[in-house]
Amino acid sequence: MKYAPPGQPGSVVAVEPRYENFIDGKWMAPVKGGYSVNLTPATAKPICEVAKSTPEDVELALDAAHHAKEAWAERSAAERAAVLNAVADAIDANREMLAVAESWENGKPVRETLAADIPLAADHFRYFAAAIRAETSTTTEIDKDTVAYHFHEPLGVVGQIIPFNFPILMAAWKLAPALAAGNCSVLKPASPTPWSILKLAEVVQHIVPSGVLNIVTGPGAEIGKALATNPRIAKVAFTGETVTGRLIMQYAAQNIIPVTLELGGKSPNVFFADVMAEDDDFLDKAVEGLVLYAFNKGEVCTCPSRALIQDSIYEEFMRRCLDRISKIRQGNPLDTETMLGPQVSAQQLQKISSYVDIGRQEGAECLTGGHPAGVGGEFTDGYFFQPTVLKGHNKMRVFQEEIFGPVLAVTTFTDEADALQIANDTLYGLGAGVWTRDGSRAFRMGRAIQAGRVWVNCYHQYPAGAAFGGYKVSGIGRETHKMMLEHYSQTKNLLVSYDQKPMGFF
Amino acid sequence: MSARDSAPRLVATEAAQQAIIRLRAVHGPLMFVQSAGCCGGSAPMCFQAGEFITAPCDVLVGEVTGCPFYMDERQYAAWHTDQLILDIDLGMAEGFSLPADGGWHFVTRSVLCARDDDPVRDFGNGAAHRSAPA
Repeated sequence: MKYAPPGQPGSVVAVEPRYENFIDGKWMAPVKGGYSVNLTPATAKPICEVAKSTPEDVELALDAAHHAKEAWAERSAAERAAVLNAVADAIDANREMLAVAESWENGKPVRETLAADIPLAADHFRYFAAAIRAETSTTTEIDKDTVAYHFHEPLGVVGQIIPFNFPILMAAWKLAPALAAGNCSVLKPASPTPWSILKLAEVVQHIVPSGVLNIVTGPGAEIGKALATNPRIAKVAFTGETVTGRLIMQYAAQNIIPVTLELGGKSPNVFFADVMAEDDDFLDKAVEGLVLYAFNKGEVCTCPSRALIQDSIYEEFMRRCLDRISKIRQGNPLDTETMLGPQVSAQQLQKISSYVDIGRQEGAECLTGGHPAGVGGEFTDGYFFQPTVLKGHNKMRVFQEEIFGPVLAVTTFTDEADALQIANDTLYGLGAGVWTRDGSRAFRMGRAIQAGRVWVNCYHQYPAGAAFGGYKVSGIGRETHKMMLEHYSQTKNLLVSYDQKPMGFF
Repeated sequence: MSARDSAPRLVATEAAQQAIIRLRAVHGPLMFVQSAGCCGGSAPMCFQAGEFITAPCDVLVGEVTGCPFYMDERQYAAWHTDQLILDIDLGMAEGFSLPADGGWHFVTRSVLCARDDDPVRDFGNGAAHRSAPA
């Protein structure tokens, strides 16, 4: 089916002409009155206007968060969990609306937002609602009269800066643990995708207590920096590129606050010859596993953008994969049959084109695609790029740099040692895939690949409960697991003596 | 200054030079740092001079219109470019980069090295492989 675009007759998504910041549970106009136009990448036409905020708006959001933080921190874990569960229920109740808004905002196919982004966002809130209920403090019996109590306490007010590739889901990944642990958040959406998160705010406006969640939209150089440098935040969480990641660490060093960072990857997806030992469902799954480089148009930090295929099966396996790629349906992201939507922005489209050119200059062979895609009709001006496969070797730039588009770099390997060497020959270490029918080999490879998440005989699954984060320059911290609660908590130690006698020093 | 600081070249298009002059009139001295990774990676980030603290792992690729341009040495090694061309294009800047007004952004274009020997320029210090386990 095809959903009507947001704001048009018959659409499940209502669109206001203009959206303000969400601060203190209310919609607040930006102090300096600036707004910018927010486009859909599907047609390059406006959806609405959003606040073009300034540092003054960040201060207002911080005021609200600080005003709310004590009451929120004092709520019992059961009460906070109830709020998170209610958020999850509200997301579920608005699944179609949010899925269509997210698709139109980012360009990702609605089949993905309906089946993955929005249900996963709801599930993350439920997971952390459960996790915070199950949290226990520890005590240590120092001696018979002395006890060390360890209490988890929230950090206070945290700054969260999220990326454009999964606007709602990345907000959920960051908000759920922060709020569960008793923190208040000032959240800055990515500049290309500010609006769908505001639709989420509409949904939860009367569920989350005022000031606990605050959203400020606008340019990174103005408000991202104002938030990350602000002495009134107790922690900053960021997903994005490496230079901003380093800047955020630098600012955090100056304020002596913790950071969590997720900075991308160039993930290897390794296919051993035994995947073709049978012509069965598993082989079919492995072929799909390679084609998952086109999931979310390749705009995924863990995009399996380097396929390493054992040389003995390369020709036949690649033939099957190219056949599957040729069946990718590209076009209107609001059509549930569409598998590949537009890139998020004109800049991304240009960047992808330039990388494909670099690949060609370096001698990579273009096996399919390689150009912007002409979708036609009302989508003529949309930012579409053909699903592309470049064959080359791992020293090429297209194997070393994150393209953030539907561009696969494919190469071959001879044996397990060769596969491991190529897999680890990257600055990054976020994700990886291993495909084999040999469980021992899968285990060896999975442990030896220097990446925080190695999918074995699967890819692009993001369940709450499985830790996600990077090795090497891919970042610091582990999301989507209860261990993230520690990144949003302090430990208060109460060291108590039950002995009546003095120590005897003085 | 080591050999790697002087070997590469960096140029800016006329449009980029004019953009720098306009930005500098508002923000004062500027610097560039080439980014990588997720989302807005691959974009050159423009900051007020001194905003980004450079480290020994950053190569000074060159200067454009009086502004230094830095890049992580491991990344620079992987790029194996003969020349970087700083240019501008339509659309908003990424990350915390200037300009903040959203109308345009800086881009880096590359002229690749001739590739008749080792595919990665190593600078003699193994920088390209530093973070990768053997």
